[in-house]
This record gives sequence, C-alpha cells and structure tokens, in this order.
Amino acid sequence: MARKRYSVFAVAREALRGHTGWPRAWASPEPRARYEAIIIGAGGHGLATAYYLGKNFGITDVAVLEKGWLGGGNTGRNTTIIRSNYLQDPSAAIYEKARSLYETLSQELNYNIMFSPRGVIMLAQTEHEVRGYTRTAHANALQGVATEFIGPQRVKELCPIISLDGPRYPVLGGLWQSRAGTARHDAVAWGYARACSDMGMHIIQKCEVTGIRSEGGRVTGVTTTRGDIGCDKLGVVVAGHSGRLAEMAGFRLPIESIGLQALVSEPVKPCMDVVVMANTVHGYMSQSDKGEMVIGGGADGFNNYTQRGSFHNIEQTVRALVETFPMISRLKMLRQWGGVVDMTGDRSPIISKTPLEGCYINCGWGTGGFKAIPGSGWGMAELMARGHSPLTEAFGMERFREGRFIDESVAAGVAH
Amino acid sequence: MLLLTCPNCGVTAEESEFHQGGEAHLRRAGPGSPDDAFEGYLFTRRNPHGVHFERWRHVFGCGKWFHAARCTATLEVFGTYPAQTTEPPADIVAAIRAKRPDWEGFR
Ligand SMILES: Cc1cc2nc3c(=O)[nH]c(=O)nc-3n(C[C@H](O)[C@H](O)[C@H](O)COP(=O)(O)OP(=O)(O)OC[C@H]3O[C@@H](n4cnc5c(N)ncnc54)[C@H](O)[C@@H]3O)c2cc1C
Ligand SMILES: [Zn+2]
Repeated sequence: MARKRYSVFAVAREALRGHTGWPRAWASPEPRARYEAIIIGAGGHGLATAYYLGKNFGITDVAVLEKGWLGGGNTGRNTTIIRSNYLQDPSAAIYEKARSLYETLSQELNYNIMFSPRGVIMLAQTEHEVRGYTRTAHANALQGVATEFIGPQRVKELCPIISLDGPRYPVLGGLWQSRAGTARHDAVAWGYARACSDMGMHIIQKCEVTGIRSEGGRVTGVTTTRGDIGCDKLGVVVAGHSGRLAEMAGFRLPIESIGLQALVSEPVKPCMDVVVMANTVHGYMSQSDKGEMVIGGGADGFNNYTQRGSFHNIEQTVRALVETFPMISRLKMLRQWGGVVDMTGDRSPIISKTPLEGCYINCGWGTGGFKAIPGSGWGMAELMARGHSPLTEAFGMERFREGRFIDESVAAGVAH
Repeated sequence: MLLLTCPNCGVTAEESEFHQGGEAHLRRAGPGSPDDAFEGYLFTRRNPHGVHFERWRHVFGCGKWFHAARCTATLEVFGTYPAQTTEPPADIVAAIRAKRPDWEGFR
C-alpha cells in the first residue's frame, strides 16, 4: 500500500470525486511466522515505539499485535491533557521530549493530530499547593521547561469562567505552562499506525497474546489467538493489562490496575480556551473543539479490569468542579466512560528490561500517559534497539528494589 | 457500585461507606530482610484479572478493617471475612470454588 500524502490538493481532488479515492490509512495483513520485533498493544505507546524503531533505528520488520482495535484502550479513552511541568528531572526530560515532539507531530506524520498548545493551569487552592507549585516552577526553570507561578488575577484573565473565591477552596494562584495543551487522542494512534504501515510494519488487530514463549531465559515469540509468532525482541506495552502479560513472561510488577473515568457535557459555545486542573478537589476540565466540556477526576478506589467505574466518583468530580466553575451546574452530561489504568507505587512509569532476556516492558503510565506517547516511544525504541536509553534509564523496574523512586505522587496530585 | 458487608459490625452498605486498602495477606518483611523481600512487601502486587483478596476499612461506619474476596474482572463479591487471618477461611474458598471452578487457588 503506497501512502498518498494528505494535502490541501488531495482534499480538493477528493471533494470533486465524492471522496471515493482515499486509500485505507493502514493495511490489515495476515501475521507472518516471525518478525525481528513484536510489540504487544496498539495503543499510543506501542505504536510510537514501533514508529521510532523504524524511523530512528531502521528496524521495520516489526509487528504490532492488538487484542481489540487500534487505540481502543486508554489511548482512545483519555482526556488528552499534554503538559511537562513535573517535579523530578527524569520525568521532566521524558515528558518535555514528548511535548516538544507533539509540537511538530502533525507535519512529521502528515496526519493532523490537532495538537493545541492552549496552555494548562494547575490551580493552587491551599497554601500547601502554593508552596508545592512554586517549588515545581523553580525545578522547571532548572530543567529548561517553561512554566511560571501566576497569581489569582492572571488565572481569572486566562479563564474568565472560573470562580476565584470558591466557598471551600479559594484560588490562590496556579502553575501555568503556556505551551501545554491537548491533542486529538485517536488521531495520535491513527497517525502513528499509518506511518508504521507505510514503513512496511504489520499492525494486526483482533490478535490477543495468550502466552509468551522462551528458551533458556530468552524470549522466542508469542502465542496468540491467531497462532504462534516468533520474534527476537518483544515489547510489552499494554497499560492496565501489564500484570497479565508479566505473569505470562514469568515475573511480577509493582502495578495495580484501577478504574479511571471521564465524562463530557453537551456542546456549548466557546467559553474556555485553556485547560484547568484542580488537584485539591480532584477535578479538571477543558473544552473540546466540538464545544463539549471534557471532565476528569481522580481514579476509582480499587482493582478493576472492567472499564466501568462507580457513579459516586463521577459525582465527586462534578461536585468539585461546580464550585470552581459555577456555570457548569446547568450543563447536561452527554457521555461517561472508563479505562483501566496501571498505577505504580511512585506514580511514575516503568520502561525497562525484564528478567526475560529480549523482553522489554513499557507500562505504569497510570492516569497520565497520553502526554508522554512520543517521548515514551522514542525512549522505548532506543532501549529495544540498543539495550539502553538516556531517556528511560531512571525508569527501570529495579528502582523499586533499590529504593530509587521517581516520586511524582506529591507533585502531580492524583490524575494527570 | 459494590455492596459489602462489614464482618465486624454486620452492616451491609454501598462501597462509598468503605475504603479499599490494597491486597490482603501480604507477608511483612522484617529488619534484616533482603531488598527483594522489602520490594515484594512494599510494591509487588498480584493484581490478578479475576479472584482478588483485599483489605477494606469501614471508614464511615465502625472504622474497623476487614477482608473481602472479589472478582476484578466482573466486580462480583464472593464474601467478606475478619482481618485477623493469614489466609482466606474455608467458607470463602468454597464460595469462590462454587462460582469459579477453574480458579487456581490461594497462592
Ligand atoms: C479516563 C482517562 C483519562 C485520562 N486522561 C489523561 C490525560 O488527560 N492526559 C494524559 O496524559 N493521560 C491521560 N490518561 C492516561 C492515558 O490514557 C494512558 O496513560 C495512555 O493512553 C496509555 O497508553 P498505552 O498505549 O500505554 O495503553 P493503551 O492505549 O491502553 O493500549 C494498550 C493496548 O494493549 C492492548 N492489549 C492488552 N492486552 C493485550 C494482549 N494480551 N494482547 C494484545 N493486545 C493487548 C489493549 O487492547 C490496548 O489497546 C487518561 C486515562 C483514562 C482512562
Ligand atoms: Zn463495620
């Protein structure tokens, strides 16, 4: 399948032809018996890993295996916040790498991922948060990440619908990152998939991995619902299902799979052109290009693989946001959904070699991995191709044994 | 929404009256234990897709801790039991076996 470039001329031509000439964005081939590298999971992180394996290291004999449909996991269920204002240096490095790759990803993939650097404010609503975010702003200055701590009046200018003196938690300021924002989640998966397919890689949907095969401590392939497939290198990138795959590979992870929900309102006229996160009250909101208010909150309270959450969590999120944005009390909510997020003990991801030689794992992004997709794929590809990567070094799974945590749980509140 | 029965006070209530406290029956690592043991105790979790034993606290009730056996793939609750045990009691194991014949058993 030769890729046709998307351009204004292509759009004009197809408009005249009744849109009958668009080729499929990616091919759906039958699996081969063996690949140099297999990636399990066609979410954003898996597809980005495959893409940079090809682009940066010339490894294109790659299959991406997906049990459902491409982007149907958390990648297609998130609220698309992209930011890089983390506290710890390794986090800032990988999230800022990702954010900066997002800036030009549409051009690079020739696919409109609708990156919108509209700016993100993380509200400080307690003295503790004021101190915490001031500290993060200083850390970000040292890391070369452009953020600033702003006062309440500036918050109000940036987001007029906010109520500054909410009854419980007045807005005391906020951490502002002006080049943070949102992107179209499905498009990120689709854009990477199209580019991978164009490099000759195989993206195989409805193909569930049910076993991992090895010989003498080295991975040799996988068992799937579409037969056995061999490989030299294996990348496990399955978010909430990481524990199950790790069990197949014979090791355990410091991960728990928890439900996280989000919801959108009916569409309204433009009223908010920044993203606002209120971590003290566990809620955040932005407005999609269609006009819906996109709302998320904290994770549900227990291990849960069902992609369904409990109503009282939604209620808590909305209750909190109504205090901060009184206008939303009149909005009807249109849809609500859930994903299975993979939470680690220090709320930072794992990008790592595993006890099984040739098998690598990328997981633990929890409630906040959409923003990291390009940087994570970049680092994971380097790790798989070279055996080490400066970007992923600190995120090895041995850090839990060695006590070298990358503690973002304090810095990031809950959901991020 | 889960419905749980607190074995301490006998109250049956919705999950919003309770708080989950993570995996049950973890073996605590003591002073002098190797790093692996501490890692296991502090961080490594079974996180099964299926039968899960977990700690719950009746926060908006009697305040006491107890244990529950629950399926993470369907949200079915098999039963709750007192926290003062190192493994699930026979009646809970039997209740799970009745509904999950292919369950591989505790540990
Ligand atoms: C409600 C919600 C809101 C969120 N909001 C944000 C946000 O605003 N900003 C942000 O940065 N992050 C957010 N996140 C987190 C973000 O969505 C995830 O961290 C990220 O999408 C993870 O991507 P992934 O590629 O690792 O996983 P996924 O997209 O879940 O992909 C994993 C894939 O693996 C497949 N798979 C699993 N098991 C197997 C198997 N055995 N064989 C084959 N395939 C398998 C799954 O079907 C799935 O498609 C949110 C998450 C949720 C649920
Ligand atoms: Zn009780």
